[in-house]
Amino acid sequence: MAQAITDKDGVKRYLITLNVNGDAHTILVKGNAILTNVLRDQLDLTGTKKGCELGDCGSCTVLLDGKPVDSCLVLAVEADGRQITTIEGVMENGRLDAIQQSMINHAAVQCGYCTPGMVLSAKALLTRNPHPNEQEVREAISGNLCRCTGYVHIVEAVLATAQGRVTPDDH
Amino acid sequence: MYVPDFEYHAPNTVAEACAILAELGDRATVLAGGTDVLHKMKVGKLAPEHLVSLKNLDELREIREEPGRVVIGALASHNQIYTSQLLQRRYLSLPMAAHTMASNQICNLGTVGGNIVNGVPSADLPPILIALDASIRLTSAKGERTMPLEDFFWGSAQTRMEPGEILTEISIPDQQTTGSTYLKFGLRRSGALAVAAAAVSVQVSGDTLHAVRIVLASAAPTVLRVADAERSLIGRRIDDELLAEAGQFAAQASRPRDSIRGSAEYRKNLVGVLTKRALKKAIDEGHA
Ligand SMILES: Cc1cc2nc3c(=O)[nH]c(=O)nc-3n(C[C@H](O)[C@H](O)[C@H](O)COP(=O)(O)OP(=O)(O)OC[C@H]3O[C@@H](n4cnc5c(N)ncnc54)[C@H](O)[C@@H]3O)c2cc1C
Ligand code: FES
Ligand code: FES
Repeated sequence: MAQAITDKDGVKRYLITLNVNGDAHTILVKGNAILTNVLRDQLDLTGTKKGCELGDCGSCTVLLDGKPVDSCLVLAVEADGRQITTIEGVMENGRLDAIQQSMINHAAVQCGYCTPGMVLSAKALLTRNPHPNEQEVREAISGNLCRCTGYVHIVEAVLATAQGRVTPDDH
Repeated sequence: MYVPDFEYHAPNTVAEACAILAELGDRATVLAGGTDVLHKMKVGKLAPEHLVSLKNLDELREIREEPGRVVIGALASHNQIYTSQLLQRRYLSLPMAAHTMASNQICNLGTVGGNIVNGVPSADLPPILIALDASIRLTSAKGERTMPLEDFFWGSAQTRMEPGEILTEISIPDQQTTGSTYLKFGLRRSGALAVAAAAVSVQVSGDTLHAVRIVLASAAPTVLRVADAERSLIGRRIDDELLAEAGQFAAQASRPRDSIRGSAEYRKNLVGVLTKRALKKAIDEGHA
């Protein structure tokens, strides 16, 4: 179990290591610290959004050992030692991931609040199922609520990515 | 949203977890996937002094075949159940029930153990597990006991769990059933709790039913097995009329309440329709 450290006021904290986007952070957190807040406030990774904070909207989605989870329902101590991917870790070598580019190309982003979670859910889908049909795409993003786009462009963007129909610079 | 503070424990073995729980008694709450525990803590319905996390008990995540039974560790996630090739091959109805549940994000966190221990009548996994005659193993510092899952629930969110106990495994015995299925009606296809649902298992012999189990979700203060409906089917020639009649018995036995998900009257009606269709599906399609 994570090492516990009690400060002079008697507050207990736990020394945990979060491997976020390939970067290991060893940090102190209280038992009641929620992963979303630790990512945003302690690691400054504010791409992970907070909406409902109760597991309904998916704006806090991160990949935990490659699988999408709602980080608002995960204690930071529970993620000790695990691999976390946030939206900041999706870009590679300074280039947008194909899904991100495709979302831009398809105008699948309006206010953008759902987008980080949406991209991570789509990315996890394409990793386990590189050629999903529309139904599978809709299922995979069903835990990501978007109040702006009506989903049609998002679904098209994901399908276009799967079908290799993403052109880099046509936005 | 604020989460009240607590003392955190993450034991490395079941024995260690039991020792901690024995010492803390009802001051401790077990934490599995946390989708209910953290939800309740955030909305102010739960403020445990101690949380005992099961996250290090990897042996409770396993789904395996043993002589005479299939064993599912209590920490198996809904997505693990949905994607288990073993379960898909043996009892496809169970992965399909897991697939009716919440979003992918919740299904990667939530566990079958948490779904059972919660004790709520809307939980999606207990009905099909009871239809498949599953039993559970409860472990504590005092020892172990097993009981049919059916006997575990007894009132609104009431279970026979004693303080200090951990649900460690769910066991599905090898059986004579020829089919089983779980039919759920939710207001959306994804991420919605059941307005009503019916799980059935059947043992077809010739053109009659030799054995049948019918278990309802979201139809009473607790998960509900409907014996009258089951009895009405045994030994009689299977036809649509017979199945509709069993649906009527199930509807009569159900005691849903008016809720935001539907009026009591509507839900009762749904029970009848879902029971009839579930029976037909299990008879025609096997474990589906
Ligand atoms: C947005 C959302 C949608 C949901 N949708 C559905 C749905 O469609 N269908 C459905 O059935 N449920 C749904 N749920 C409820 C919940 O996700 C499930 O009941 C889940 O299975 C709970 O498992 P958990 O591991 O997260 O439980 P936890 O929150 O960790 O625990 C739940 C309870 O069980 C106890 N517990 C857990 N495991 C053990 C164990 N092994 N031994 C002893 N005690 C234990 C805990 O102390 C606690 O009292 C939803 C929840 C959310 C937040
Ligand atoms: S903020 Fe986590 S699901 Fe809404
Ligand atoms: S783009 Fe605004 S919520 Fe999705």
